[in-house]
Amino acid sequence: MSNQVQEMHDHHDVAPGDEDEVRVGPRLLGYAAGLGLAILLTAMSFFIAGTDLVWQPSIPVAIVVLAIAQMGVHLVFFLHLTTGADNTNNILALGFGLLIVFLVIGGSLWIMANLNHNMMPMDQLMQMQR
Amino acid sequence: MFGKLSWAAVPIDQPIPLITGAVVLVAILAILAWVVISGHLPYLWREWITSVDHKRIGIMYTLLAVVMLLRGFADAIMMRAQQAIAYHSPGYLPPEHFNQIFSAHGTIMIFFVAMPFVIGLMNLVVPLQLGVRDVAFPTLNSVGFWLTATGALLVNMSLVVGEFARTGWLPYPPLSELTYSPGVGVDYYTWSLEISGVGTLVAGINLVTTVLKLRTRGMTYLRMPMFCWTTLASNLLIVAAFPILTATLAMLILDRYFGFHFFTNEAGGNVMMFMNLIWAWGHPEVYILILPAFGIFSEVVSTFSGKPLFGYRSMVLATMAICIISFMVWLHHFFTMGAGPNVNAIFGIASMIIAVPTGVKIYNWLFTMYGGRIRFTTPMLWSIGFMVTFIIGGLTGVLVAVPPADFLLHNSLFLVAHFHNVIIGGVLFGAFAGYTYWFPKAFGFRLHEGLGKAAFWFWLVGFYVAFMPLYAAGFLGMTRRMQHYDVAEWRPWLIAAAFGAVLILIGIVFQIMQLVVSIRDRAELRDTTGDPWDGRSLEWATASPPPVFNFAVTPDVSGEDAYWAMKLRARQQGIVISEPDYRDIEMPRNSPTGFVCAFFATIMGFALIWHIWWMVAAGGVGAFATFVAFAWRDHDEYVIPAAEVARIDHANLEERRAALGLAGST
Amino acid sequence: MTDTTLAFTHGGPHQLADIGIVHDGPAPKRIVTGYGFWIFLLSDIVMFSCFFASYAVLVGQTAGGPHGSQLFDLRSVAVETGCLLLSSFTCGLASIAADVRNERGFQVAMAVTCILGLAFLALEGREFAGLVAQGAGPTRSAFLSSFFALVGCHGMHVSAGILWLLTMMAQVFAKGFRADILRRLLCFALFWHALDIIWVAVFSVVYLLGSAV
Repeated sequence: MSNQVQEMHDHHDVAPGDEDEVRVGPRLLGYAAGLGLAILLTAMSFFIAGTDLVWQPSIPVAIVVLAIAQMGVHLVFFLHLTTGADNTNNILALGFGLLIVFLVIGGSLWIMANLNHNMMPMDQLMQMQR
Repeated sequence: MFGKLSWAAVPIDQPIPLITGAVVLVAILAILAWVVISGHLPYLWREWITSVDHKRIGIMYTLLAVVMLLRGFADAIMMRAQQAIAYHSPGYLPPEHFNQIFSAHGTIMIFFVAMPFVIGLMNLVVPLQLGVRDVAFPTLNSVGFWLTATGALLVNMSLVVGEFARTGWLPYPPLSELTYSPGVGVDYYTWSLEISGVGTLVAGINLVTTVLKLRTRGMTYLRMPMFCWTTLASNLLIVAAFPILTATLAMLILDRYFGFHFFTNEAGGNVMMFMNLIWAWGHPEVYILILPAFGIFSEVVSTFSGKPLFGYRSMVLATMAICIISFMVWLHHFFTMGAGPNVNAIFGIASMIIAVPTGVKIYNWLFTMYGGRIRFTTPMLWSIGFMVTFIIGGLTGVLVAVPPADFLLHNSLFLVAHFHNVIIGGVLFGAFAGYTYWFPKAFGFRLHEGLGKAAFWFWLVGFYVAFMPLYAAGFLGMTRRMQHYDVAEWRPWLIAAAFGAVLILIGIVFQIMQLVVSIRDRAELRDTTGDPWDGRSLEWATASPPPVFNFAVTPDVSGEDAYWAMKLRARQQGIVISEPDYRDIEMPRNSPTGFVCAFFATIMGFALIWHIWWMVAAGGVGAFATFVAFAWRDHDEYVIPAAEVARIDHANLEERRAALGLAGST
Repeated sequence: MTDTTLAFTHGGPHQLADIGIVHDGPAPKRIVTGYGFWIFLLSDIVMFSCFFASYAVLVGQTAGGPHGSQLFDLRSVAVETGCLLLSSFTCGLASIAADVRNERGFQVAMAVTCILGLAFLALEGREFAGLVAQGAGPTRSAFLSSFFALVGCHGMHVSAGILWLLTMMAQVFAKGFRADILRRLLCFALFWHALDIIWVAVFSVVYLLGSAV
């Protein structure tokens, strides 16, 4: 399907989730590679969370980094996102979404930390009512 | 069997909702009866209710907005009257009723007037301006509209069955929690907005995809009309912000229905989290409203100055800058909640920075007008009125963006005056400009110009008389949402404000008269050319109203102001055009999916509010069945044969040529 | 539906092609549909981020009740993760089968995906029931409220996905690989993979970080 379309519209993008490759073999390999990598990274995550072999304060960072790596594996191997020109709109949209996610989560954490620090805890406040 | 619902839910002991409800009910029944008896129902069903045509859906959105404007304005008049009277007096509205009125007023005006108005105009115009036949997902468009209508219906039902929220248009906990709002009011609010929020999100997805993926040949991004750029920015914000509203209201619902502790006073709930999240939605929301209005002004100002928009690229940059920065300022809505000076300073500075791209836009509009041949038509009057009014509102906004000033002004009438200043002066004036500007395109005849001008002047003067006193009262210390007061200094200002509301009422009466008279005189006001204003963009290249397929042959575009270039070429090259290459056109079929979906959503919403669980399940099954039925369609398109396309196009071109008195121009 | 009606005047070079500024007109339906669904997914991810934000803010508010480290069974979580990850793989196989029009392969792959998804839901349901039984339900504390909401929201999305999956199996069975059904399969695959991406965030932030305390 995609080949014929691309001959007619060379400047057209690729739908998110579609890949240019049409041969079954390489596509299967792509998914298998993604699965393998993801299993590896997931196993590492679980291992690090429970181990004493690593410097403890680095564990949260390691888990976050591994999570981002796993998401990357999904995006590349399962969703076929590339940096090619035909994927620009898809990547831009993803980038916009990620920006919003960081603003919402990061902003909320920063704001709430400051608020919680400055404001009386609710259970103390409720006790003042009595 | 019926959950919390009982006959006690009908307010027979409260005259105002009772009488209003009775009158509205009778009016609705009368209209329905007339429609059915005069045999218009099949037409309405076929041509409007099941329509997936973006033009029809845009008109229905706008109609919803205008009707809801009357309801919201009725609430406003009631509040102004109460505050004018209630000096050392309880007034005529008891507090629990007054609180519902200001809550309903805000909710209706933002969600069921401003949003549908701008979404309706974007729906109507954007595919035409992009030179394409419809939006990306026509049936989804219909679903979005009908879900929005469901939300409006539920809010209005609360007037006669039960009560509405008393928490203001944003239901801050702990007041909105079950402990302190045990009635159904907050539930009406949350479910109505959850449902209409889905509709809005769907519209957002539709318009983003349309602008990014459906433009006619040659229309690169930098050749789109400015209204399409602001549509893109506004709908990107919808897609990014409305999920936050959905999530936050869902958390409130979980608290109220299942005893969760997101925002409760006990078990570790954090009330401040609600404000943080809801304003993370709430600030982008106001930019969702104003950006399309900015786009409308770009179109109107350039058309009626007879010049291309000045500084197109800087406008694009400014628009996208506003889009991004609007997600970085939300804390300015709760400077006083206690986040501290560091946090307040950052968000205060960001709030001032966002005024800069808006300033860029104002200068560009002024430079567009400079050196042009200005025609002071009604849309242009709205635009000029906007420029003056919005600047004042924006300046007061920059003032309250300064945290120390905001500590005095937060939740005072100064703030109320500020946001009405920018929303009325910005969004509503823009919507009225767009309504008047594109009315001929939608219906094939112009609106009466004299009545339009009268309406404008009463609105403009009325706005200033109604809201400038509120700035003064705010400086004098009056807080918002006061049901009665004892401070003598405030009284004259509130009386003046009530008088201003009456002036606005006269303006609204003129608008209604304008519509009635225009329909009555539509033969004389007919737009025979499709281009009544000598426009610059592609929507004016079609007939008024356009045929269902918009363009018989989708145009090729080679620059900005695509239609202006076409007209110039036609005039220069004289006669012309070889017979266009007509082909068969496939158009999406009408579908009852949207209406039926909304029907089940209404049932589910009502049942959820009143805790009628079997009805919730039934509604849910019905909604899912609707999806599956829709998915099972074998024929989702129909073909208009090339001969039919040619016939319609020839007829339109004939009419246009006859009106222009020329032999063969586009 | 072909895209010829939208791009019929494709013959002849555009004068602008020389400058490299070319816009061929509206995109084909598959791209439009896929992109629209992509935008929806991003909106869904923003919605999840609110639940994540709430969780992060409320994670310490246990109101004297149990912390995550006292409640989470990481082995069960690991099995759930494996199920969902494998189901993403089999969903990919189903996508390939659909593209080469192999109906039997498609139905088998989708059925396996469904079973794996149901296994995930069963384990999660068992976890939730267990927590409620030991008095650690969502009404116990703000931390538990945010936990149940976040993980539950993901679980509801998986449930909706299963309903969708079954509907797609039925559609392919009834109507074959029609163009519009293929577009819906594209959207379904996007949805299913996105759910696994969100699960990565959930198990990392909620379970792993929560247990590493």
